[in-house]
Amino acid sequence: MRPDLAAIVQWVPKGARVLDLGCGDGSLLRSLWHEREAPGYGVEIDDDNVLACVANDVNVLQVDLESGLSLFADRSFDCVILSETLQTIHRTEFLMREMLRVGREVIVSFPNFGHWRARVQVVLGHMPVSEALPYEWYETPNVHHCTINDFEDLCRRIGVRIRERLALHEGRPVTTLPNLFGSLAVYRCTAD
Amino acid sequence: MNAPHDPNSVGAVVAQKARFDSPLKLRSGAELPAYELAYETYGELNAARSNAVLVCHALNASHHVAGYYENDKGNVGWWDNLVGPGKPLDPRRFFIVGSNYVGSCFGSTGPASINPKTGKPWGADFPVVTVEDWVEAQARLADRLGIERFAAVIGGSLGAMQALQWTLSYPERVRHAVVVAAAAKLTPQNIAFNEVARQAIMTDPDFHGGHYYEKGVVPTRGLRIARMIGHITYISGEAMAEKFGRALRRGQPGFDFDIDFEIESYLRYQGDKFSTYFDANTYLRITKALDYFDPAADYGGDLTAALARAKAAFLLVSFKSDWRFTPARSREMAKALLDNHRIVSYLEIDAPGGHDAFLLEDERYHAGLRSYFANIDL
Repeated sequence: MRPDLAAIVQWVPKGARVLDLGCGDGSLLRSLWHEREAPGYGVEIDDDNVLACVANDVNVLQVDLESGLSLFADRSFDCVILSETLQTIHRTEFLMREMLRVGREVIVSFPNFGHWRARVQVVLGHMPVSEALPYEWYETPNVHHCTINDFEDLCRRIGVRIRERLALHEGRPVTTLPNLFGSLAVYRCTAD
Repeated sequence: MNAPHDPNSVGAVVAQKARFDSPLKLRSGAELPAYELAYETYGELNAARSNAVLVCHALNASHHVAGYYENDKGNVGWWDNLVGPGKPLDPRRFFIVGSNYVGSCFGSTGPASINPKTGKPWGADFPVVTVEDWVEAQARLADRLGIERFAAVIGGSLGAMQALQWTLSYPERVRHAVVVAAAAKLTPQNIAFNEVARQAIMTDPDFHGGHYYEKGVVPTRGLRIARMIGHITYISGEAMAEKFGRALRRGQPGFDFDIDFEIESYLRYQGDKFSTYFDANTYLRITKALDYFDPAADYGGDLTAALARAKAAFLLVSFKSDWRFTPARSREMAKALLDNHRIVSYLEIDAPGGHDAFLLEDERYHAGLRSYFANIDL
């Protein structure tokens, strides 16, 4: 399992109602169901992923995240998860607000653009390509890269309270200088 | 369409009829003293009686869902691409029931049947029936077949409305509802199209207020126009352009009122064909059933409240090019089900076919249905 997903599974309380945005083939939702008895729904736009969810017996809703979460009532989920999807969203602030409207808690993970290897590649004159950032600039689905500091600035600005943070590199937690040595960041947030 | 030699066909099938002698109380307050319901079945009901799937049909279809008739091999069921061995809805696993509805002109009691009170065809006196009434009638068929609970009820368009109504009328009797190209109610625009179709029929001089059977005539002109209007709304503009373009039948403009464009030829052909087999009184009633369907009406328009009593797991499917029942209509249902914490999945298929896409064999659509049915526990 992807290291950020393992962390997310640990953060989801037993029996929580979960909404997984950009849920891929539904494997996180399946793990949450098996390990946490947490029932959930996925939101996914890609046809192949949506069909994989149906095949995996995961509830999936094929709607576009960019148009918001209008299908979901206020506070209708215990946990709203956005794993490695934040960087692909155009209306980032809007979606963050929507997530906090719909869920009591929000879990977000993203590749940290501030990781030292990314910084080195930029200094050497290239857009970073790495395990956490696997795309060339001309084929990436990512539109809004950010660093750990950037994300925390946004949270402060829009009144999101960070409850927990985990920086990871190669699956292991990073505690020293996370914005430099963490290639992946996972956050648990609530509305203020 | 699949030819009868298709190895994945259910093969030759036989239409059956069930007769019910206790009166059917209708939503309008009227009563059908007795009725017959035409149906077909494919596969076998298992010992636990847990594998039954009801297939509900839309406007111009019937209980003839799959396979063909021995004496009419070209008459292939309307959802033959979905139902058959190796197909998404597989009769080797499920006991599949295709049910007609009352008011139809395909074998069930309808306006052309004999009114026991007069000994003559019902004609205009046949009551206006609703989706709720159809579900009541089908529930008795389910009783007759020994089906306490359906593994799934599936339908597209008007058939999807029946599937939805099943989950509301009999929440305990439906484990899964597969609701395709659906709407929880028609828009005024939808009703407008239906009204034009009805006016075309009712103003046909051969309509005779609905008592045309005894005059030995059929309001063919009205039926033709009704069908032409329908067809325009079933296909997307994109699909129509793709299929017909502006191709001229005679190679150049005729500067007359004979057929110029291919689309005109298509509509005339569809209208002509339809008017030879469909009953005008049935058409009037089916379009009314569509118009009246609105489970939220009793809840002040609150669909969430209306669907609160549904217990089934839902699969909703819409098609992006469907402008008759748009994806927004399916999302409304998804939202109402989510509000009620129901199990629901929603597929929005980017297929070009328009409303009729639910009858076509889109790979993603059928893959979704195949997986969904495969995951239903028996």
